[in-house]
Amino acid sequence: MIERALTKGTTNEQAADGIAIPGRKLPIGSKGHLASGWLGMLTLIATEATLFAYLLFSYFYLASHALGAWPPSGAPHLRIAVPGTLILIAGSVVMWWGELGIKRGKPGQLMIGLAAALVLGIAFLAMQGIEWSGEPFKLHTNVYSSLYFTITGFHMLHVIIGLLMLAVLLLWTAFGYFSADRHSAASIGVMYWHFVTIVWLAVFFTFYITPRLG
Amino acid sequence: MAVIETDRAPIIARATDDSPSSATLRQSWEGRPGVGGWLATVDHKEIGKRYVVTAFIFLIIGGLEALALRVQLARPNQTLLTPEQYSQLFTMHGVTMIFLYALPVLSGFSNYLWPLLLGSRDMAFPRLNALSYWVFLFAGIFLYSSFVVGKGPDDGWFNYVPYASLAYNPGPNIDVYALGMVLLGISTTVGSMNFIVTLAHTRAPGMSINRVPILVWGTLTASVGNLFAVPAVSLAFFMLWMDRQVGTHFFDSTAGGQPLLWQHLFWMFGHPWVYAIVLPAMGIVSDALPTFCRRPLVGYTAVALATVTTMVLGFGVWVHHMFASGLPILSLSFFGAASMVIVIPSAVAVFAWIATIWTGRPVFTAAFLYFAGFVLLFVIGGVSGFMTAAVPLDWQLTRTYFVVAHLHYVIIGINVFPVVGGVYYWFPKVTGRLMNEALGKWSFWVMFSGFNVAFFPMHILGLLGMPRRIYTYASGLGWGTTNLIVTIGAFVFATGILLFFINIFLSLKRGKPASANPWDAASLEWSTSSPPPAYNFAVIPIVASRYPLWEDRMDEGAGRSSVGAGMLLDRGRETIGTTLLDAEPDVILKMPGDSYAPLLMALTMTAAFVALLLHSRWGFGIAAVVTVLTSIGWLWPERSLMQIETGHD
Amino acid sequence: MNPPAALLFNKLPMLLAVRVEPAMAYPRTFGPAVDPITRLGWGLGIISLLVIVIIGVLLLGGVLRKRVASSAADPHQLAVRRDAGGMAWIYVGGGISALVLVACMAWTLLVMAEVTKLPSTPALTVQVTASQWWWSLRYLNAKPSNIFTTANEIHIPVGQPVRFELASADVIHSFWIPQLAGKMDVIPGQTNVMWLQADQPGTYRGQCAAYCGRQHAHMDLFIVADTAQDFAAWQDGQLTETIVPATEENRRGERIFQTHCAVCHTIRGMNPAGILGPNLSHLMTRSTIAAGLLANTPGNLASWIANPESVKPGTRMPAQILSGPDLAAVTSYLNTLH
Repeated sequence: MIERALTKGTTNEQAADGIAIPGRKLPIGSKGHLASGWLGMLTLIATEATLFAYLLFSYFYLASHALGAWPPSGAPHLRIAVPGTLILIAGSVVMWWGELGIKRGKPGQLMIGLAAALVLGIAFLAMQGIEWSGEPFKLHTNVYSSLYFTITGFHMLHVIIGLLMLAVLLLWTAFGYFSADRHSAASIGVMYWHFVTIVWLAVFFTFYITPRLG
Repeated sequence: MAVIETDRAPIIARATDDSPSSATLRQSWEGRPGVGGWLATVDHKEIGKRYVVTAFIFLIIGGLEALALRVQLARPNQTLLTPEQYSQLFTMHGVTMIFLYALPVLSGFSNYLWPLLLGSRDMAFPRLNALSYWVFLFAGIFLYSSFVVGKGPDDGWFNYVPYASLAYNPGPNIDVYALGMVLLGISTTVGSMNFIVTLAHTRAPGMSINRVPILVWGTLTASVGNLFAVPAVSLAFFMLWMDRQVGTHFFDSTAGGQPLLWQHLFWMFGHPWVYAIVLPAMGIVSDALPTFCRRPLVGYTAVALATVTTMVLGFGVWVHHMFASGLPILSLSFFGAASMVIVIPSAVAVFAWIATIWTGRPVFTAAFLYFAGFVLLFVIGGVSGFMTAAVPLDWQLTRTYFVVAHLHYVIIGINVFPVVGGVYYWFPKVTGRLMNEALGKWSFWVMFSGFNVAFFPMHILGLLGMPRRIYTYASGLGWGTTNLIVTIGAFVFATGILLFFINIFLSLKRGKPASANPWDAASLEWSTSSPPPAYNFAVIPIVASRYPLWEDRMDEGAGRSSVGAGMLLDRGRETIGTTLLDAEPDVILKMPGDSYAPLLMALTMTAAFVALLLHSRWGFGIAAVVTVLTSIGWLWPERSLMQIETGHD
Repeated sequence: MNPPAALLFNKLPMLLAVRVEPAMAYPRTFGPAVDPITRLGWGLGIISLLVIVIIGVLLLGGVLRKRVASSAADPHQLAVRRDAGGMAWIYVGGGISALVLVACMAWTLLVMAEVTKLPSTPALTVQVTASQWWWSLRYLNAKPSNIFTTANEIHIPVGQPVRFELASADVIHSFWIPQLAGKMDVIPGQTNVMWLQADQPGTYRGQCAAYCGRQHAHMDLFIVADTAQDFAAWQDGQLTETIVPATEENRRGERIFQTHCAVCHTIRGMNPAGILGPNLSHLMTRSTIAAGLLANTPGNLASWIANPESVKPGTRMPAQILSGPDLAAVTSYLNTLH
């Protein structure tokens, strides 16, 4: 590289005892997937996904050792969970669309996407809250209820963190921080939101589908 | 305002620490002075030193706990300690050594060395680095908070239920352990994230993946492992805390819970963890031993692959801690077989080290002695592990002093000895002074002989049927004399450690000044001054082999690393970002400077856990909110870091 | 039978015991549930020692072997000029290690298959319930009237397979008599089943092998392997109902027992509700009390009853505030329980 640099081209800047090289221009700072934060979020998702894997492992382990019916009060109702799932999926779609917007230099589209996902996320939380209060068991009733509230609770916590992220991103978009070139934080937030949706699909499948598989 | 550039062709320059460009770098990279700077620093070298010093303090505390245990056990039927005191001591001894010494000391080495080994100016996330240290420190204090008032955790470091549940252990000891471990897990996790992204993203140009030092492979593997293992234990402890304080029934067999669920979750973490605390140390040996054999490591690729294989297999053996729990034979057979297979990559590493010694030309420094001694201790620990991997034999050996012997040979042999050797090796780089060689050799022989006198007879105690975790034993079982020998050995070993610490203090004051490369070693850190400047490298090196500083003496191809000439990157705090496999430069990274945010966030997180311990909802709520606000402030996009659109004011 | 002779009678099996000293050591074992393990242990142990010696020799050889006179060598010279050589060590060493490991794996699986074959017709089944810090033993029988309960000292017929069903009343314990079988954990919420057989008569010592609280160190158990005759005699003895005490002091002792002890302890023939503590039927047939902590002598028994906390700190047995004569009476009564 040094040798190539020395034999080629013109100089355009000089340092005190430097050899100036035209070379390839490199982007500076957080640009797209070159941002360290992007990789950092990937590792965070890996570890949080593993947390849910262990939670669901606990569910299946305890289910396989259960005496008597499982779930003890029958399979949980789908009437809130299915719409909630659809809402969360819609939130991801809307976020994907919003990110598409900023990639094309349209911060307005990003803002709409963020705001819509925020509203959908809050709706999801509200529905979860209603489902929780309607359950025939409490946290301390038995091991199933312990699992139910803990696992859906962990997911809700991740949703809340996601909503905080969306709110802050909305603020930053409004301040004009993002452009087609520079929007790493938005991409990172969107990726986290997709993760939250995918985890919910796994949780939903475990609690609501597997008991019905006979 | 001036237009901020969004891209640039980096200047390639020839420079040393005395060049004018280095003065600019020094200004950019040197931290704030005084107490503020001390609290706000994000310099990986500072953080690395703190990790090592703090870990050594915990090592001393854990060692004193062990000596107390050994005095109690030296003769039959002694009553120096009550059963309750004994239980708290053996528990805290385990917790301290395994969680507060073994990983943090390696994190410290890695934090200090990685950017220097990789030809970079800092870790990928400097502020996160500081956070992981502060959380570790506060978690360590948190974990000791009940012990110091005589209410320490007392169910062993693996804390089995039901004895750890509220019915048998009303607390707060177990709650302190549970919440403290979740807090510590945050430190470990963010530390792991930092190492992984640093490796993936910030190496010197040309440092392709097959040229990184084995220490880097070891820490990388441990970090990836931790990312997947730590959630299991954090979850287990959180579920235990919930069972105890919130009324859930995960482990309560009277309500459908399963005590074995605890063991599964704990060991799914615990086994990968024990590899996390030895693989980086094996990496230290793989990097430093060749210096004292005057040749590169034999079988670099084999050793790197063995490192990764060990960790991967390490996720498939956790049941070997549960062989006696009544699990189905089929499952035991699988895990027993996996536990035998995992010996193979370790054997590969052992033969690589022996081959390096055989085909090299040993230089008998104190550090070399530690590394050579380590190989033997590794093998002794390995074969006792091989014996316990044989399932039916484990039904005799498990929970006896045979396992205590095994675990100390592997943890002390494979972590402590390389760490001490590593200190002798890198002390000149870190402090600019050499440690005393004569005292070093004495400390080795005293440690080595004391260690073997203390721990080899424990194999025999195990075969004589002495169970673990008993505070005393009857006479007439043949355990008395051997226990006395063990205790004497323990004190000799402690003396050796003391000599090591004395050497550190003496050498800090009066050690011979060290040059940049006193051992004539091959890797990049030895091209910097001793100690290195705040910016590490005057120019980012360009790497062409695994041993850049030895290339001039080896018959190799055309590739020649360039240490004195490379990218300057002197417009503020900058380092180069490169691709994953081939380390081609692809982005200039702007690095953050000193910040109080990590310390603040560590404090608020700890406060949140204290609030949980004290059942204070308001306290928890406030601490959580402040933590969230701090993190938003921390992550607020900065123009100086080029995180946002630059066209606006 | 007067007390001293009774004591001797009880201790006779121990005196006749073919027993390895020390009592918990298992390099030499005495039954088919463990002997294959012992052979495996010796084999793997010898292999391990050989590996240590071989590696030690190689290491020492590598460190000490003569090379080109080091004074002649230029300290800046490296030992090699190419990053090569030495791979044979890895191939040969790794290869041999792998072969040895696979062979040992096969041997291990064979041993495991052999010792885990539960006997289809055990001579005896004993339900073991572990508590902090003692062992309850319930001898099962097809005839309900032949079921009896005892504690801490298990008698079995020599040369016959015995099946154990292990349950816990509280926390995790581990059932381990090293000279007869590998250990098996006792876990609340599940019943673990194992078997063993003693091929020689004698007393075999065991100890709880999983940390279970403060007095984990003092939770011994004993397996006494009796000849067929002795076992039948012992079993008959356990099945006899308790005799009404003869002397006035002993009758007083029995009344004190009923008021102070029967809440936790029961004696065959009495109200069987006292299950929190060991069953004390035929207490004098046991060699030890307090789960192996004390020899079963009148003096020890009295000290134990008067102040259990000083003998076994943390024990669940509360101190009995008994006057001197009352203590003597109840101890004397207990001494009649043969």
